[in-house]
Amino acid sequence: MDDQKKMAIIATKGTLDWAYPPFILASTAAALGYETQIFFTFYGLQMLRKDLSGLKVSPLGNPGMPMKMPFGPKWFRSINWNMPNAIQSLVPGYESVATVLMKQTIKNNGVASIPELRELCQEAEVKFIACQMTVELFGFEHSDFIDGIEYGGAATFFEFAGETDICLYI
Amino acid sequence: MDFDKELDARGLNCPLPILRCKKALNDCTSGQVLKIVSTDPGSVKDFAAFAKQTGNELLASAEAGSEYTFFIKKK
Repeated sequence: MDDQKKMAIIATKGTLDWAYPPFILASTAAALGYETQIFFTFYGLQMLRKDLSGLKVSPLGNPGMPMKMPFGPKWFRSINWNMPNAIQSLVPGYESVATVLMKQTIKNNGVASIPELRELCQEAEVKFIACQMTVELFGFEHSDFIDGIEYGGAATFFEFAGETDICLYI
Repeated sequence: MDFDKELDARGLNCPLPILRCKKALNDCTSGQVLKIVSTDPGSVKDFAAFAKQTGNELLASAEAGSEYTFFIKKK
Protein backbone atom coordinates (compact mmCIF):
# COMPACT_ATOMS: atom_id res chain seq x y z
CA MET A 1 0.00 0.00 0.00
CA ASP A 2 3.03 2.26 -0.38
CA ASP A 3 1.54 4.01 -3.40
CA GLN A 4 -1.42 5.16 -1.29
CA LYS A 5 -1.69 8.94 -1.24
CA LYS A 6 -1.56 10.61 2.13
CA MET A 7 -2.50 13.98 3.59
CA ALA A 8 -1.76 15.53 6.95
CA ILE A 9 -3.34 18.67 8.40
CA ILE A 10 -2.38 20.66 11.47
CA ALA A 11 -5.52 22.33 12.81
CA THR A 12 -4.78 25.24 15.12
CA LYS A 13 -7.88 27.42 15.16
CA GLY A 14 -10.82 27.12 17.53
CA THR A 15 -13.62 29.06 15.89
CA LEU A 16 -16.67 27.93 13.94
CA ASP A 17 -15.46 29.40 10.64
CA TRP A 18 -11.97 27.92 10.91
CA ALA A 19 -13.33 24.51 11.85
CA TYR A 20 -14.54 24.12 8.27
CA PRO A 21 -11.32 23.90 6.23
CA PRO A 22 -9.75 20.97 8.12
CA PHE A 23 -12.93 18.89 8.20
CA ILE A 24 -13.92 19.67 4.60
CA LEU A 25 -10.47 18.89 3.22
CA ALA A 26 -9.99 15.79 5.36
CA SER A 27 -13.38 14.27 4.52
CA THR A 28 -12.90 15.02 0.81
CA ALA A 29 -9.37 13.63 0.81
CA ALA A 30 -10.67 10.45 2.42
CA ALA A 31 -13.37 10.20 -0.28
CA LEU A 32 -10.65 10.54 -2.91
CA GLY A 33 -8.75 7.66 -1.36
CA TYR A 34 -6.16 9.53 0.69
CA GLU A 35 -5.08 8.19 4.05
CA THR A 36 -5.68 11.27 6.17
CA GLN A 37 -4.66 12.53 9.59
CA ILE A 38 -5.46 15.74 11.43
CA PHE A 39 -3.25 16.89 14.27
CA PHE A 40 -5.22 19.22 16.58
CA THR A 41 -3.14 21.61 18.58
CA PHE A 42 -3.70 24.74 20.64
CA TYR A 43 -7.16 26.20 19.89
CA GLY A 44 -7.76 23.47 17.35
CA LEU A 45 -8.50 21.18 20.30
CA GLN A 46 -11.91 22.85 20.52
CA MET A 47 -12.90 20.90 17.41
CA LEU A 48 -12.45 17.60 19.23
CA ARG A 49 -14.65 18.40 22.21
CA LYS A 50 -17.76 16.30 22.76
CA ASP A 51 -19.72 19.52 23.02
CA LEU A 52 -19.12 21.68 19.95
CA SER A 53 -21.45 24.48 21.01
CA GLY A 54 -18.41 26.49 22.13
CA LEU A 55 -17.36 27.01 18.50
CA LYS A 56 -18.25 30.58 17.68
CA VAL A 57 -17.55 33.06 14.96
CA SER A 58 -16.34 36.55 15.78
CA PRO A 59 -16.82 39.55 13.51
CA LEU A 60 -14.64 41.57 15.91
CA GLY A 61 -11.33 42.45 14.29
CA ASN A 62 -12.41 40.44 11.24
CA PRO A 63 -12.91 42.92 8.39
CA GLY A 64 -13.26 40.11 5.85
CA MET A 65 -16.44 38.77 7.38
CA PRO A 66 -19.70 39.88 5.74
CA MET A 67 -22.48 40.45 8.30
CA LYS A 68 -25.66 39.63 6.46
CA MET A 69 -29.04 38.51 7.71
CA PRO A 70 -30.09 34.93 6.88
CA PHE A 71 -33.78 35.83 6.68
CA GLY A 72 -36.13 38.39 5.19
CA PRO A 73 -36.56 39.59 1.60
CA LYS A 74 -33.62 39.64 -0.78
CA TRP A 75 -32.90 43.39 -0.48
CA PHE A 76 -32.72 42.99 3.30
CA ARG A 77 -30.41 39.97 3.10
CA SER A 78 -27.98 41.85 0.93
CA ILE A 79 -27.35 44.62 3.47
CA ASN A 80 -23.93 44.41 5.09
CA TRP A 81 -24.22 45.21 8.81
CA ASN A 82 -20.53 45.61 9.55
CA MET A 83 -19.91 47.79 12.56
CA PRO A 84 -16.82 49.49 13.94
CA ASN A 85 -14.78 47.28 16.26
CA ALA A 86 -15.27 49.68 19.15
CA ILE A 87 -19.05 49.23 19.00
CA GLN A 88 -18.87 45.45 18.52
CA SER A 89 -16.70 45.08 21.59
CA LEU A 90 -19.13 47.02 23.76
CA VAL A 91 -22.27 45.08 22.85
CA PRO A 92 -22.73 42.06 25.17
CA GLY A 93 -23.50 38.85 23.29
CA TYR A 94 -22.43 40.22 19.92
CA GLU A 95 -20.44 37.08 19.12
CA SER A 96 -23.27 34.79 20.17
CA VAL A 97 -25.73 36.61 17.94
CA ALA A 98 -23.27 36.58 15.03
CA THR A 99 -22.82 32.83 15.60
CA VAL A 100 -26.55 32.13 15.57
CA LEU A 101 -26.89 34.11 12.32
CA MET A 102 -23.90 32.33 10.78
CA LYS A 103 -25.29 28.91 11.67
CA GLN A 104 -28.60 29.85 10.02
CA THR A 105 -26.75 31.06 6.90
CA ILE A 106 -24.83 27.78 6.80
CA LYS A 107 -28.08 25.83 7.02
CA ASN A 108 -29.77 27.98 4.35
CA ASN A 109 -26.93 27.25 1.94
CA GLY A 110 -26.97 23.49 2.36
CA VAL A 111 -23.52 23.55 3.93
CA ALA A 112 -22.90 20.75 6.42
CA SER A 113 -22.66 21.48 10.13
CA ILE A 114 -19.36 20.93 11.94
CA PRO A 115 -20.67 17.97 13.99
CA GLU A 116 -21.86 16.40 10.72
CA LEU A 117 -18.53 16.94 8.94
CA ARG A 118 -16.58 15.62 11.92
CA GLU A 119 -18.72 12.50 11.94
CA LEU A 120 -18.19 12.04 8.19
CA CYS A 121 -14.43 12.26 8.76
CA GLN A 122 -14.61 9.63 11.47
CA GLU A 123 -16.75 7.36 9.30
CA ALA A 124 -14.14 7.71 6.56
CA GLU A 125 -11.43 6.71 9.05
CA VAL A 126 -9.66 10.05 9.15
CA LYS A 127 -7.30 9.75 12.09
CA PHE A 128 -7.59 12.46 14.74
CA ILE A 129 -4.60 13.20 16.95
CA ALA A 130 -4.86 15.62 19.87
CA CYS A 131 -1.73 17.38 21.02
CA GLN A 132 -1.17 16.03 24.52
CA MET A 133 0.95 19.02 25.52
CA THR A 134 -1.86 21.49 24.73
CA VAL A 135 -4.42 19.26 26.41
CA GLU A 136 -2.46 19.69 29.62
CA LEU A 137 -1.56 23.33 28.99
CA PHE A 138 -5.20 24.29 28.69
CA GLY A 139 -6.33 22.09 31.58
CA PHE A 140 -8.49 19.76 29.49
CA GLU A 141 -9.29 16.17 30.45
CA HIS A 142 -9.40 13.31 27.96
CA SER A 143 -13.04 12.95 28.95
CA ASP A 144 -13.74 16.37 27.39
CA PHE A 145 -12.99 14.91 23.97
CA ILE A 146 -14.76 12.47 21.66
CA ASP A 147 -13.80 8.80 21.64
CA GLY A 148 -11.61 7.27 18.98
CA ILE A 149 -8.86 9.88 18.98
CA GLU A 150 -5.19 9.47 19.79
CA TYR A 151 -2.99 11.67 21.91
CA GLY A 152 0.55 12.49 20.87
CA GLY A 153 3.16 15.14 20.27
CA ALA A 154 5.20 16.67 17.49
CA ALA A 155 7.20 13.50 16.87
CA THR A 156 3.96 11.55 16.43
CA PHE A 157 2.85 14.06 13.81
CA PHE A 158 6.11 13.84 11.86
CA GLU A 159 5.97 10.06 11.75
CA PHE A 160 3.00 10.34 9.40
CA ALA A 161 3.56 13.83 7.94
CA GLY A 162 7.00 12.88 6.64
CA GLU A 163 5.40 10.43 4.23
CA THR A 164 2.54 12.59 3.00
CA ASP A 165 1.85 14.03 -0.44
CA ILE A 166 -0.01 16.99 1.00
CA CYS A 167 0.66 18.65 4.32
CA LEU A 168 -1.32 21.70 5.44
CA TYR A 169 -1.21 24.08 8.37
CA ILE A 170 -4.59 25.60 9.13
CA MET B 1 -28.94 6.73 -19.92
CA ASP B 2 -29.44 3.53 -17.91
CA PHE B 3 -28.38 3.54 -14.30
CA ASP B 4 -28.50 1.20 -11.33
CA LYS B 5 -28.73 3.65 -8.45
CA GLU B 6 -29.72 7.25 -8.00
CA LEU B 7 -28.44 9.86 -5.55
CA ASP B 8 -30.36 13.05 -4.87
CA ALA B 9 -27.77 15.64 -3.82
CA ARG B 10 -30.00 18.66 -4.52
CA GLY B 11 -29.69 21.47 -2.02
CA LEU B 12 -26.36 20.18 -0.71
CA ASN B 13 -23.18 22.17 -0.93
CA CYS B 14 -19.47 21.32 -1.09
CA PRO B 15 -18.21 18.81 -0.05
CA LEU B 16 -21.43 16.92 0.69
CA PRO B 17 -22.33 15.89 -2.90
CA ILE B 18 -18.92 14.24 -3.29
CA LEU B 19 -19.06 12.58 0.13
CA ARG B 20 -22.57 11.22 -0.49
CA CYS B 21 -21.48 10.03 -3.94
CA LYS B 22 -18.52 8.18 -2.44
CA LYS B 23 -20.84 6.53 0.06
CA ALA B 24 -23.34 5.57 -2.62
CA LEU B 25 -20.54 4.09 -4.76
CA ASN B 26 -19.50 1.94 -1.81
CA ASP B 27 -22.91 0.29 -2.04
CA CYS B 28 -22.51 -0.35 -5.78
CA THR B 29 -20.73 -3.25 -7.39
CA SER B 30 -18.06 -2.82 -10.04
CA GLY B 31 -19.53 -1.72 -13.36
CA GLN B 32 -22.77 -0.37 -11.90
CA VAL B 33 -23.80 3.15 -12.84
CA LEU B 34 -24.76 5.78 -10.29
CA LYS B 35 -26.85 8.75 -11.30
CA ILE B 36 -26.37 11.92 -9.25
CA VAL B 37 -28.50 15.04 -9.34
CA SER B 38 -27.02 18.16 -7.78
CA THR B 39 -27.75 21.88 -7.58
CA ASP B 40 -24.25 22.96 -6.53
CA PRO B 41 -22.60 24.72 -9.52
CA GLY B 42 -19.18 23.79 -8.08
CA SER B 43 -20.05 20.12 -8.39
CA VAL B 44 -19.48 20.18 -12.17
CA LYS B 45 -15.73 20.49 -11.78
CA ASP B 46 -15.72 18.52 -8.54
CA PHE B 47 -17.30 15.38 -10.00
CA ALA B 48 -14.92 15.45 -12.95
CA ALA B 49 -12.00 15.75 -10.51
CA PHE B 50 -13.44 13.05 -8.27
CA ALA B 51 -13.79 10.66 -11.20
CA LYS B 52 -10.28 11.36 -12.44
CA GLN B 53 -8.68 10.79 -9.08
CA THR B 54 -10.65 7.74 -7.98
CA GLY B 55 -10.71 5.93 -11.33
CA ASN B 56 -14.51 5.75 -11.39
CA GLU B 57 -15.57 6.75 -14.87
CA LEU B 58 -17.69 9.86 -15.43
CA LEU B 59 -19.84 8.62 -18.32
CA ALA B 60 -21.81 11.82 -18.83
CA SER B 61 -22.71 15.08 -17.23
CA ALA B 62 -25.55 17.38 -18.18
CA GLU B 63 -26.93 20.70 -17.11
CA ALA B 64 -30.63 21.53 -17.15
CA GLY B 65 -31.63 24.84 -15.63
CA SER B 66 -30.11 24.92 -12.17
CA GLU B 67 -29.73 21.15 -11.92
CA TYR B 68 -26.69 19.10 -12.81
CA THR B 69 -26.82 15.41 -13.59
CA PHE B 70 -23.88 13.04 -13.54
CA PHE B 71 -23.50 9.38 -14.42
CA ILE B 72 -20.58 7.65 -12.76
CA LYS B 73 -19.60 4.05 -13.43
CA LYS B 74 -17.98 2.30 -10.49
CA LYS B 75 -14.45 1.05 -11.07
